[in-house]
Amino acid sequence: MTTVLPDEEIARSLPIDQIDVSKVDLYIREAMHPYFKRLRDEAPVHYCPQSPYGAFWSITRFNDCVAIDTNHKVFSSDASVGSFVLDDATLNPTTEHGLYMPNFLGMDPPRHDVHRKVVSPAVAPENLERLEPLIRQRTQNVLDNLPVGETFNWVDRVSIELTTLMLATLLDFPLEQRRRLTRWSDVVTASPGDGFIDSWEQRKNELLECAAVFQAMFDERKKAAPKYDLISIIAHSPGMTDLTQDEFLGLLVLLIVGGNDTTRNSMSGSAIAASLYPAEFEKVRTNPKLLPGAVSEAIRWQTPISHMRRTALADIEFGGKQIRKGDKVVMWYISANRDERVIERPFDFVADRPNPRHHMSFGFGIHRCVGNRLAEMQVRILWEEFFKRFSTVNVVGDVKRIPSNLIHGYSEVPVQIGK
Amino acid sequence: MPKITFIAHDGEEYTVEAADGSNVMQVATANGVPGIDGDCGGALACATCHVFVGDSWAAKLPQPTEGKELEMLELLDLYAPTSRLSCQIVITDALDGLVLKMPRGQH
Repeated sequence: MTTVLPDEEIARSLPIDQIDVSKVDLYIREAMHPYFKRLRDEAPVHYCPQSPYGAFWSITRFNDCVAIDTNHKVFSSDASVGSFVLDDATLNPTTEHGLYMPNFLGMDPPRHDVHRKVVSPAVAPENLERLEPLIRQRTQNVLDNLPVGETFNWVDRVSIELTTLMLATLLDFPLEQRRRLTRWSDVVTASPGDGFIDSWEQRKNELLECAAVFQAMFDERKKAAPKYDLISIIAHSPGMTDLTQDEFLGLLVLLIVGGNDTTRNSMSGSAIAASLYPAEFEKVRTNPKLLPGAVSEAIRWQTPISHMRRTALADIEFGGKQIRKGDKVVMWYISANRDERVIERPFDFVADRPNPRHHMSFGFGIHRCVGNRLAEMQVRILWEEFFKRFSTVNVVGDVKRIPSNLIHGYSEVPVQIGK
Repeated sequence: MPKITFIAHDGEEYTVEAADGSNVMQVATANGVPGIDGDCGGALACATCHVFVGDSWAAKLPQPTEGKELEMLELLDLYAPTSRLSCQIVITDALDGLVLKMPRGQH
Protein backbone atom coordinates (compact mmCIF):
# COMPACT_ATOMS: atom_id res chain seq x y z
CA MET A 1 0.00 0.00 0.00
CA THR A 2 1.30 3.42 -0.83
CA THR A 3 0.48 6.49 1.15
CA VAL A 4 0.18 9.80 -0.65
CA LEU A 5 1.79 12.55 1.36
CA PRO A 6 0.11 15.94 1.49
CA ASP A 7 1.94 18.68 -0.40
CA GLU A 8 2.73 20.60 2.79
CA GLU A 9 4.76 17.65 3.99
CA ILE A 10 6.48 16.98 0.67
CA ALA A 11 7.33 20.65 0.31
CA ARG A 12 8.91 20.62 3.77
CA SER A 13 10.93 17.42 3.40
CA LEU A 14 12.13 17.47 -0.22
CA PRO A 15 15.82 18.40 -0.72
CA ILE A 16 15.58 21.99 -1.87
CA ASP A 17 17.30 21.45 -5.22
CA GLN A 18 14.68 18.86 -6.08
CA ILE A 19 11.81 21.30 -5.83
CA ASP A 20 10.37 21.99 -9.29
CA VAL A 21 7.60 24.58 -9.15
CA SER A 22 6.96 24.28 -12.89
CA LYS A 23 5.15 20.94 -12.54
CA VAL A 24 1.76 21.42 -14.14
CA ASP A 25 0.19 18.89 -11.82
CA LEU A 26 0.69 21.34 -8.94
CA TYR A 27 -1.42 23.92 -10.71
CA ILE A 28 -4.22 21.54 -11.56
CA ARG A 29 -4.58 20.90 -7.82
CA GLU A 30 -3.67 24.46 -6.71
CA ALA A 31 -0.98 22.70 -4.65
CA MET A 32 1.99 24.91 -5.57
CA HIS A 33 1.77 27.28 -2.62
CA PRO A 34 3.63 25.24 0.06
CA TYR A 35 6.54 24.78 -2.37
CA PHE A 36 6.65 28.50 -3.10
CA LYS A 37 6.53 29.30 0.60
CA ARG A 38 9.57 27.11 1.20
CA LEU A 39 11.45 28.80 -1.65
CA ARG A 40 10.52 32.28 -0.42
CA ASP A 41 11.76 31.40 3.06
CA GLU A 42 14.84 29.33 2.28
CA ALA A 43 15.91 29.86 -1.31
CA PRO A 44 14.35 33.02 -2.77
CA VAL A 45 16.67 32.80 -5.79
CA HIS A 46 16.44 29.10 -6.52
CA TYR A 47 18.03 26.96 -9.21
CA CYS A 48 16.07 24.03 -10.58
CA PRO A 49 18.64 21.98 -12.51
CA GLN A 50 16.18 19.80 -14.39
CA SER A 51 12.65 20.22 -15.65
CA PRO A 52 10.71 19.57 -18.86
CA TYR A 53 11.82 23.08 -19.86
CA GLY A 54 15.46 22.62 -18.91
CA ALA A 55 17.20 24.31 -16.01
CA PHE A 56 15.75 27.57 -14.68
CA TRP A 57 16.00 30.05 -11.83
CA SER A 58 12.94 30.80 -9.72
CA ILE A 59 12.45 34.26 -8.24
CA THR A 60 9.72 34.03 -5.62
CA ARG A 61 9.79 37.13 -3.40
CA PHE A 62 7.84 40.27 -4.32
CA ASN A 63 10.71 42.76 -4.22
CA ASP A 64 13.04 40.42 -6.10
CA CYS A 65 10.45 40.05 -8.87
CA VAL A 66 10.23 43.86 -9.11
CA ALA A 67 14.04 44.05 -9.32
CA ILE A 68 14.22 41.54 -12.19
CA ASP A 69 11.22 43.00 -13.99
CA THR A 70 12.74 46.49 -13.98
CA ASN A 71 16.21 45.38 -15.05
CA HIS A 72 15.39 44.72 -18.70
CA LYS A 73 18.91 45.57 -19.80
CA VAL A 74 20.20 42.36 -18.21
CA PHE A 75 17.03 40.27 -18.09
CA SER A 76 15.81 40.16 -21.66
CA SER A 77 12.35 39.33 -23.01
CA ASP A 78 13.55 39.19 -26.58
CA ALA A 79 12.45 36.23 -28.68
CA SER A 80 15.88 36.15 -30.29
CA VAL A 81 17.47 34.94 -27.06
CA GLY A 82 14.61 32.96 -25.54
CA SER A 83 11.04 33.74 -24.62
CA PHE A 84 8.96 35.63 -22.07
CA VAL A 85 7.43 32.37 -20.85
CA LEU A 86 9.16 29.34 -19.40
CA ASP A 87 8.08 27.01 -22.18
CA ASP A 88 9.91 27.82 -25.41
CA ALA A 89 7.81 25.43 -27.44
CA THR A 90 4.81 27.57 -28.25
CA LEU A 91 6.14 31.04 -28.89
CA ASN A 92 9.74 30.68 -29.97
CA PRO A 93 10.51 30.60 -33.68
CA THR A 94 13.64 28.49 -33.24
CA THR A 95 11.95 25.44 -31.76
CA GLU A 96 10.26 22.67 -33.69
CA HIS A 97 6.66 23.73 -33.10
CA GLY A 98 7.29 27.41 -32.63
CA LEU A 99 5.38 29.77 -34.84
CA TYR A 100 6.99 33.18 -34.91
CA MET A 101 4.53 35.83 -33.92
CA PRO A 102 6.62 38.88 -33.11
CA ASN A 103 5.07 40.98 -30.36
CA PHE A 104 6.30 43.59 -27.95
CA LEU A 105 6.18 41.35 -24.91
CA GLY A 106 8.89 39.35 -26.67
CA MET A 107 11.02 42.37 -27.57
CA ASP A 108 13.57 44.56 -25.85
CA PRO A 109 13.89 48.32 -26.44
CA PRO A 110 14.07 50.11 -28.78
CA ARG A 111 11.82 47.86 -30.92
CA HIS A 112 9.57 47.16 -27.95
CA ASP A 113 8.79 50.82 -27.44
CA VAL A 114 7.70 51.37 -31.05
CA HIS A 115 5.23 48.46 -30.93
CA ARG A 116 3.88 49.27 -27.49
CA LYS A 117 3.19 52.87 -28.40
CA VAL A 118 1.11 51.78 -31.39
CA VAL A 119 -1.29 49.94 -29.10
CA SER A 120 -1.20 52.00 -25.96
CA PRO A 121 -3.62 54.81 -26.98
CA ALA A 122 -6.38 52.25 -27.60
CA VAL A 123 -6.35 51.24 -23.92
CA ALA A 124 -5.54 54.66 -22.44
CA PRO A 125 -8.00 56.36 -20.07
CA GLU A 126 -9.47 58.62 -22.74
CA ASN A 127 -10.40 55.77 -25.07
CA LEU A 128 -11.69 53.67 -22.16
CA GLU A 129 -14.15 56.44 -21.30
CA ARG A 130 -15.50 56.11 -24.83
CA LEU A 131 -15.76 52.32 -24.56
CA GLU A 132 -17.27 52.17 -21.09
CA PRO A 133 -20.97 52.71 -21.96
CA LEU A 134 -20.91 49.98 -24.60
CA ILE A 135 -19.08 47.54 -22.33
CA ARG A 136 -21.56 48.31 -19.54
CA GLN A 137 -24.55 47.77 -21.78
CA ARG A 138 -23.19 44.44 -23.00
CA THR A 139 -22.42 43.39 -19.42
CA GLN A 140 -25.99 44.24 -18.42
CA ASN A 141 -27.36 42.00 -21.16
CA VAL A 142 -25.22 39.07 -20.05
CA LEU A 143 -26.19 39.43 -16.39
CA ASP A 144 -29.88 39.90 -17.19
CA ASN A 145 -29.89 36.44 -18.72
CA LEU A 146 -28.34 34.58 -15.78
CA PRO A 147 -30.61 32.06 -14.07
CA VAL A 148 -31.27 32.54 -10.34
CA GLY A 149 -31.21 29.47 -8.12
CA GLU A 150 -29.91 27.20 -10.88
CA THR A 151 -26.38 25.80 -11.20
CA PHE A 152 -24.36 27.16 -14.13
CA ASN A 153 -20.71 27.47 -15.17
CA TRP A 154 -19.60 31.02 -14.30
CA VAL A 155 -16.55 30.66 -16.57
CA ASP A 156 -18.65 30.10 -19.67
CA ARG A 157 -21.70 32.22 -18.95
CA VAL A 158 -19.94 35.21 -17.39
CA SER A 159 -16.14 35.31 -17.67
CA ILE A 160 -15.69 34.09 -21.24
CA GLU A 161 -18.82 35.81 -22.48
CA LEU A 162 -17.85 39.20 -21.02
CA THR A 163 -14.18 39.19 -21.99
CA THR A 164 -15.01 38.03 -25.48
CA LEU A 165 -17.70 40.68 -25.88
CA MET A 166 -15.20 43.25 -24.66
CA LEU A 167 -12.56 42.10 -27.12
CA ALA A 168 -15.06 42.18 -29.93
CA THR A 169 -15.99 45.71 -28.81
CA LEU A 170 -12.37 46.82 -28.63
CA LEU A 171 -11.54 45.35 -32.04
CA ASP A 172 -14.93 46.14 -33.58
CA PHE A 173 -15.07 42.46 -34.51
CA PRO A 174 -18.39 40.95 -35.70
CA LEU A 175 -20.27 40.13 -32.49
CA GLU A 176 -21.86 36.96 -33.81
CA GLN A 177 -18.39 35.51 -34.52
CA ARG A 178 -16.90 36.52 -31.18
CA ARG A 179 -16.24 33.02 -29.91
CA ARG A 180 -13.62 32.66 -32.63
CA LEU A 181 -11.59 35.15 -30.59
CA THR A 182 -11.86 32.90 -27.53
CA ARG A 183 -10.82 29.92 -29.60
CA TRP A 184 -7.77 31.65 -31.09
CA SER A 185 -6.73 32.86 -27.68
CA ASP A 186 -6.85 29.31 -26.34
CA VAL A 187 -5.03 27.88 -29.35
CA VAL A 188 -2.07 30.25 -29.11
CA THR A 189 -0.95 28.86 -25.74
CA ALA A 190 -2.17 25.30 -26.39
CA SER A 191 -0.20 22.13 -26.98
CA PRO A 192 -1.48 18.75 -28.22
CA GLY A 193 -3.33 16.69 -25.64
CA ASP A 194 -4.30 19.54 -23.34
CA GLY A 195 -7.90 19.44 -24.46
CA PHE A 196 -7.68 22.38 -26.84
CA ILE A 197 -5.83 20.90 -29.83
CA ASP A 198 -4.93 17.44 -31.10
CA SER A 199 -1.84 18.25 -33.13
CA TRP A 200 0.68 21.00 -33.85
CA GLU A 201 -0.55 20.97 -37.43
CA GLN A 202 -4.05 21.84 -36.25
CA ARG A 203 -2.67 24.70 -34.15
CA LYS A 204 -0.75 26.12 -37.07
CA ASN A 205 -3.74 25.97 -39.42
CA GLU A 206 -6.06 27.67 -36.98
CA LEU A 207 -3.57 30.44 -36.32
CA LEU A 208 -3.04 31.01 -40.02
CA GLU A 209 -6.78 31.37 -40.41
CA CYS A 210 -6.77 33.88 -37.56
CA ALA A 211 -4.03 35.79 -39.35
CA ALA A 212 -6.03 35.93 -42.58
CA VAL A 213 -9.14 37.27 -40.85
CA PHE A 214 -7.24 40.07 -39.14
CA GLN A 215 -5.29 40.91 -42.25
CA ALA A 216 -8.56 41.49 -44.09
CA MET A 217 -9.89 43.69 -41.28
CA PHE A 218 -6.66 45.69 -41.23
CA ASP A 219 -6.77 46.33 -44.98
CA GLU A 220 -10.40 47.41 -44.86
CA ARG A 221 -9.86 49.84 -41.93
CA LYS A 222 -6.71 51.32 -43.36
CA LYS A 223 -8.74 52.43 -46.37
CA ALA A 224 -11.55 53.82 -44.20
CA ALA A 225 -11.50 56.95 -42.02
CA PRO A 226 -9.88 56.53 -38.57
CA LYS A 227 -12.14 55.24 -35.78
CA TYR A 228 -11.61 54.37 -32.13
CA ASP A 229 -11.39 50.60 -32.41
CA LEU A 230 -8.02 49.00 -31.87
CA ILE A 231 -7.50 47.78 -35.42
CA SER A 232 -8.30 51.18 -36.87
CA ILE A 233 -6.03 52.87 -34.32
CA ILE A 234 -3.19 50.52 -35.28
CA ALA A 235 -3.85 50.85 -38.99
CA HIS A 236 -3.67 54.64 -38.80
CA SER A 237 -0.88 54.89 -36.21
CA PRO A 238 2.23 56.75 -37.39
CA GLY A 239 4.33 54.03 -35.73
CA MET A 240 2.64 51.37 -37.85
CA THR A 241 4.59 52.44 -40.92
CA ASP A 242 7.57 50.75 -39.22
CA LEU A 243 5.74 47.47 -38.67
CA THR A 244 5.62 44.52 -41.04
CA GLN A 245 2.39 42.60 -41.57
CA ASP A 246 3.85 39.74 -39.51
CA GLU A 247 4.40 42.16 -36.70
CA PHE A 248 0.86 43.47 -36.92
CA LEU A 249 -0.48 39.95 -36.56
CA GLY A 250 1.85 39.18 -33.68
CA LEU A 251 0.62 42.32 -32.00
CA LEU A 252 -3.02 41.32 -32.36
CA VAL A 253 -2.43 37.80 -31.14
CA LEU A 254 -0.68 39.17 -28.07
CA LEU A 255 -3.61 41.45 -27.37
CA ILE A 256 -6.17 38.70 -27.85
CA VAL A 257 -4.38 36.42 -25.41
CA GLY A 258 -3.48 39.27 -23.09
CA GLY A 259 -7.01 40.59 -23.04
CA ASN A 260 -8.75 37.27 -22.82
CA ASP A 261 -7.29 34.60 -20.55
CA THR A 262 -6.18 37.15 -18.00
CA THR A 263 -9.35 39.14 -17.39
CA ARG A 264 -11.41 35.98 -17.85
CA ASN A 265 -9.63 34.34 -14.95
CA SER A 266 -9.74 37.45 -12.79
CA MET A 267 -13.51 37.42 -13.28
CA SER A 268 -13.73 33.73 -12.40
CA GLY A 269 -11.40 34.22 -9.44
CA SER A 270 -13.49 37.11 -8.16
CA ALA A 271 -16.58 34.89 -8.11
CA ILE A 272 -14.69 32.25 -6.15
CA ALA A 273 -13.47 34.93 -3.73
CA ALA A 274 -17.06 36.16 -3.36
CA SER A 275 -18.11 32.65 -2.42
CA LEU A 276 -15.23 32.07 0.02
CA TYR A 277 -15.32 35.55 1.59
CA PRO A 278 -19.01 36.58 1.57
CA ALA A 279 -18.53 39.10 4.40
CA GLU A 280 -15.87 40.94 2.38
CA PHE A 281 -18.13 41.13 -0.67
CA GLU A 282 -21.05 42.25 1.48
CA LYS A 283 -18.84 45.18 2.58
CA VAL A 284 -18.34 46.13 -1.07
CA ARG A 285 -22.00 45.66 -1.97
CA THR A 286 -23.09 48.03 0.80
CA ASN A 287 -20.21 50.49 0.29
CA PRO A 288 -19.51 50.93 -3.44
CA LYS A 289 -16.54 53.20 -2.69
CA LEU A 290 -14.64 50.05 -1.80
CA LEU A 291 -15.13 48.53 -5.24
CA PRO A 292 -12.05 49.88 -7.08
CA GLY A 293 -9.79 48.62 -4.29
CA ALA A 294 -11.62 45.31 -4.17
CA VAL A 295 -11.10 44.94 -7.94
CA SER A 296 -7.34 45.33 -7.47
CA GLU A 297 -7.51 42.86 -4.61
CA ALA A 298 -9.34 40.32 -6.78
CA ILE A 299 -6.67 40.67 -9.48
CA ARG A 300 -3.95 40.16 -6.85
CA TRP A 301 -5.75 37.28 -5.15
CA GLN A 302 -6.26 35.44 -8.43
CA THR A 303 -2.95 36.37 -10.13
CA PRO A 304 -4.12 35.27 -13.60
CA ILE A 305 -0.57 34.97 -14.95
CA SER A 306 1.54 32.69 -12.74
CA HIS A 307 4.88 33.67 -14.17
CA MET A 308 6.84 35.68 -16.68
CA ARG A 309 10.29 34.63 -17.77
CA ARG A 310 13.43 36.46 -18.81
CA THR A 311 16.79 35.36 -20.21
CA ALA A 312 20.03 36.68 -18.71
CA LEU A 313 22.10 38.62 -21.27
CA ALA A 314 25.18 38.63 -19.03
CA ASP A 315 26.61 36.95 -15.95
CA ILE A 316 25.16 38.68 -12.91
CA GLU A 317 25.05 38.13 -9.18
CA PHE A 318 21.54 38.35 -7.81
CA GLY A 319 20.43 37.64 -4.26
CA GLY A 320 23.81 36.07 -3.52
CA LYS A 321 23.57 33.64 -6.46
CA GLN A 322 25.56 33.62 -9.66
CA ILE A 323 23.26 33.77 -12.67
CA ARG A 324 25.01 33.00 -15.97
CA LYS A 325 24.51 34.51 -19.39
CA GLY A 326 21.79 32.55 -21.18
CA ASP A 327 20.10 31.28 -18.01
CA LYS A 328 16.32 31.24 -17.81
CA VAL A 329 15.03 33.39 -14.98
CA VAL A 330 11.40 32.96 -13.95
CA MET A 331 9.54 35.58 -11.94
CA TRP A 332 6.74 33.76 -10.15
CA TYR A 333 4.08 36.43 -9.80
CA ILE A 334 1.83 33.87 -8.14
CA SER A 335 4.37 33.58 -5.32
CA ALA A 336 5.21 37.30 -5.14
CA ASN A 337 1.53 38.03 -4.54
CA ARG A 338 1.62 35.64 -1.56
CA ASP A 339 4.82 37.11 -0.09
CA GLU A 340 4.16 37.75 3.59
CA ARG A 341 7.06 40.23 3.62
CA VAL A 342 5.07 42.68 1.51
CA ILE A 343 1.41 41.67 1.78
CA GLU A 344 -0.30 41.06 5.09
CA ARG A 345 -2.44 37.90 5.27
CA PRO A 346 -1.66 37.30 1.60
CA PHE A 347 -3.86 34.23 1.26
CA ASP A 348 -6.97 36.11 2.36
CA PHE A 349 -9.19 38.22 0.15
CA VAL A 350 -9.42 41.55 2.00
CA ALA A 351 -11.82 44.01 0.34
CA ASP A 352 -10.38 47.12 1.98
CA ARG A 353 -6.62 46.69 2.03
CA PRO A 354 -4.76 49.96 2.66
CA ASN A 355 -2.67 49.69 -0.51
CA PRO A 356 -4.49 47.33 -2.86
CA ARG A 357 -2.82 48.48 -6.07
CA HIS A 358 0.57 47.34 -4.84
CA HIS A 359 0.45 43.87 -6.36
CA MET A 360 2.45 41.91 -8.92
CA SER A 361 -0.28 40.67 -11.27
CA PHE A 362 0.40 43.24 -14.02
CA GLY A 363 4.18 42.94 -13.75
CA PHE A 364 6.36 46.03 -13.39
CA GLY A 365 8.75 47.96 -15.59
CA ILE A 366 8.52 48.52 -19.33
CA HIS A 367 6.54 45.30 -19.91
CA ARG A 368 3.87 46.11 -17.34
CA CYS A 369 0.44 45.10 -18.67
CA VAL A 370 -0.59 47.76 -21.17
CA GLY A 371 -4.29 46.87 -20.74
CA ASN A 372 -4.33 46.99 -16.97
CA ARG A 373 -6.82 49.88 -16.80
CA LEU A 374 -9.16 48.16 -19.23
CA ALA A 375 -8.99 44.97 -17.17
CA GLU A 376 -9.83 46.84 -14.00
CA MET A 377 -12.68 48.63 -15.71
CA GLN A 378 -14.22 45.37 -16.92
CA VAL A 379 -14.05 43.68 -13.54
CA ARG A 380 -15.42 46.83 -11.87
CA ILE A 381 -18.38 47.03 -14.29
CA LEU A 382 -19.10 43.33 -13.76
CA TRP A 383 -19.49 43.78 -10.00
CA GLU A 384 -21.29 47.13 -10.22
CA GLU A 385 -23.90 45.54 -12.46
CA PHE A 386 -23.92 42.25 -10.53
CA PHE A 387 -24.75 44.01 -7.25
CA LYS A 388 -27.62 45.88 -8.93
CA ARG A 389 -29.25 42.55 -9.71
CA PHE A 390 -28.04 39.96 -7.24
CA SER A 391 -26.60 39.77 -3.75
CA THR A 392 -24.74 36.46 -3.55
CA VAL A 393 -22.77 33.98 -5.63
CA ASN A 394 -21.85 30.56 -4.27
CA VAL A 395 -19.56 27.96 -5.75
CA VAL A 396 -21.61 24.75 -5.51
CA GLY A 397 -19.28 22.08 -6.93
CA ASP A 398 -15.68 21.28 -7.77
CA VAL A 399 -13.83 23.84 -9.85
CA LYS A 400 -11.73 22.65 -12.79
CA ARG A 401 -8.44 24.45 -13.31
CA ILE A 402 -6.43 25.10 -16.48
CA PRO A 403 -3.50 22.65 -16.66
CA SER A 404 -0.81 25.31 -16.95
CA ASN A 405 2.02 26.90 -15.00
CA LEU A 406 1.46 30.11 -16.99
CA ILE A 407 -2.29 30.72 -17.15
CA HIS A 408 -3.65 30.55 -13.61
CA GLY A 409 -7.34 30.00 -14.12
CA TYR A 410 -10.39 27.82 -14.54
CA SER A 411 -12.43 26.05 -17.15
CA GLU A 412 -15.32 25.26 -14.79
CA VAL A 413 -16.67 27.12 -11.78
CA PRO A 414 -20.16 25.81 -10.99
CA VAL A 415 -22.14 28.47 -9.15
CA GLN A 416 -25.58 29.52 -8.03
CA ILE A 417 -26.49 33.15 -7.65
CA GLY A 418 -29.07 34.64 -5.28
CA LYS A 419 -31.21 37.79 -5.49
CA MET B 1 6.02 72.70 5.77
CA PRO B 2 5.98 73.30 2.00
CA LYS B 3 2.56 73.47 0.32
CA ILE B 4 1.96 71.65 -2.94
CA THR B 5 -1.02 72.12 -5.25
CA PHE B 6 -2.30 69.37 -7.53
CA ILE B 7 -4.63 70.38 -10.35
CA ALA B 8 -6.75 67.49 -11.56
CA HIS B 9 -7.76 67.02 -15.20
CA ASP B 10 -11.25 68.37 -14.40
CA GLY B 11 -9.76 71.55 -12.91
CA GLU B 12 -10.31 70.59 -9.26
CA GLU B 13 -7.43 71.79 -7.05
CA TYR B 14 -5.98 70.00 -4.06
CA THR B 15 -3.47 71.80 -1.85
CA VAL B 16 -1.64 69.73 0.74
CA GLU B 17 1.18 70.26 3.20
CA ALA B 18 4.18 68.07 2.62
CA ALA B 19 6.83 66.90 5.03
CA ASP B 20 10.48 67.47 4.08
CA GLY B 21 12.23 64.37 2.80
CA SER B 22 9.13 62.59 1.53
CA ASN B 23 8.33 62.51 -2.17
CA VAL B 24 5.39 64.01 -4.02
CA MET B 25 3.77 60.65 -4.81
CA GLN B 26 3.77 59.73 -1.11
CA VAL B 27 2.30 63.12 -0.19
CA ALA B 28 -0.48 62.73 -2.77
CA THR B 29 -1.46 59.18 -1.83
CA ALA B 30 -1.22 59.86 1.92
CA ASN B 31 -3.57 62.83 1.52
CA GLY B 32 -5.99 60.99 -0.75
CA VAL B 33 -5.38 63.21 -3.79
CA PRO B 34 -7.26 61.34 -6.53
CA GLY B 35 -5.38 60.68 -9.75
CA ILE B 36 -2.01 59.70 -8.32
CA ASP B 37 -1.86 55.93 -7.88
CA GLY B 38 1.75 55.01 -7.19
CA ASP B 39 1.14 51.30 -7.76
CA CYS B 40 4.78 50.24 -7.39
CA GLY B 41 5.39 52.29 -4.25
CA GLY B 42 8.16 54.43 -5.74
CA ALA B 43 10.32 51.78 -7.40
CA LEU B 44 10.25 53.48 -10.84
CA ALA B 45 8.39 50.48 -12.08
CA CYS B 46 4.85 51.53 -13.03
CA ALA B 47 4.58 55.21 -14.09
CA THR B 48 1.23 55.63 -12.30
CA CYS B 49 2.29 58.81 -10.47
CA HIS B 50 2.72 60.81 -13.67
CA VAL B 51 2.38 64.60 -13.33
CA PHE B 52 3.07 67.66 -15.44
CA VAL B 53 5.15 70.33 -13.74
CA GLY B 54 3.46 73.75 -13.84
CA ASP B 55 5.05 76.19 -16.31
CA SER B 56 6.77 78.52 -13.87
CA TRP B 57 8.20 75.56 -11.98
CA ALA B 58 9.58 73.59 -14.90
CA ALA B 59 12.89 75.45 -14.85
CA LYS B 60 13.30 75.17 -11.07
CA LEU B 61 13.02 71.38 -10.86
CA PRO B 62 15.75 69.02 -11.95
CA GLN B 63 15.16 67.20 -15.23
CA PRO B 64 13.88 63.60 -15.09
CA THR B 65 16.70 61.27 -14.14
CA GLU B 66 18.29 59.51 -17.10
CA GLY B 67 17.61 55.80 -17.15
CA LYS B 68 14.56 54.32 -15.53
CA GLU B 69 12.46 57.46 -15.00
CA LEU B 70 12.88 58.63 -18.57
CA GLU B 71 12.37 55.12 -19.95
CA MET B 72 9.07 54.76 -18.10
CA LEU B 73 7.92 58.29 -19.00
CA GLU B 74 8.66 57.90 -22.69
CA LEU B 75 6.30 54.94 -22.92
CA LEU B 76 3.35 57.06 -21.78
CA ASP B 77 0.83 58.28 -24.36
CA LEU B 78 0.72 61.70 -22.72
CA TYR B 79 4.47 62.11 -22.28
CA ALA B 80 5.46 65.80 -22.53
CA PRO B 81 8.63 67.79 -21.85
CA THR B 82 7.18 68.77 -18.45
CA SER B 83 6.37 65.17 -17.46
CA ARG B 84 7.78 63.75 -14.23
CA LEU B 85 7.18 60.72 -12.10
CA SER B 86 6.15 62.35 -8.86
CA CYS B 87 7.82 59.64 -6.77
CA GLN B 88 11.11 61.11 -7.97
CA ILE B 89 10.40 64.66 -6.77
CA VAL B 90 11.77 64.92 -3.24
CA ILE B 91 10.16 67.58 -1.07
CA THR B 92 12.33 70.45 0.14
CA ASP B 93 11.44 73.91 1.45
CA ALA B 94 12.42 75.29 -1.94
CA LEU B 95 9.37 73.53 -3.42
CA ASP B 96 6.88 75.54 -1.33
CA GLY B 97 4.07 76.56 -3.68
CA LEU B 98 4.83 73.91 -6.31
CA VAL B 99 1.99 73.42 -8.80
CA LEU B 100 1.52 70.08 -10.56
CA LYS B 101 -1.06 69.14 -13.17
CA MET B 102 -2.42 65.62 -13.43
CA PRO B 103 -3.24 63.66 -16.59
CA ARG B 104 -6.77 62.49 -17.38
CA GLY B 105 -5.93 59.17 -15.81
CA GLN B 106 -2.89 57.13 -14.96
CA HIS B 107 -2.06 54.38 -17.41
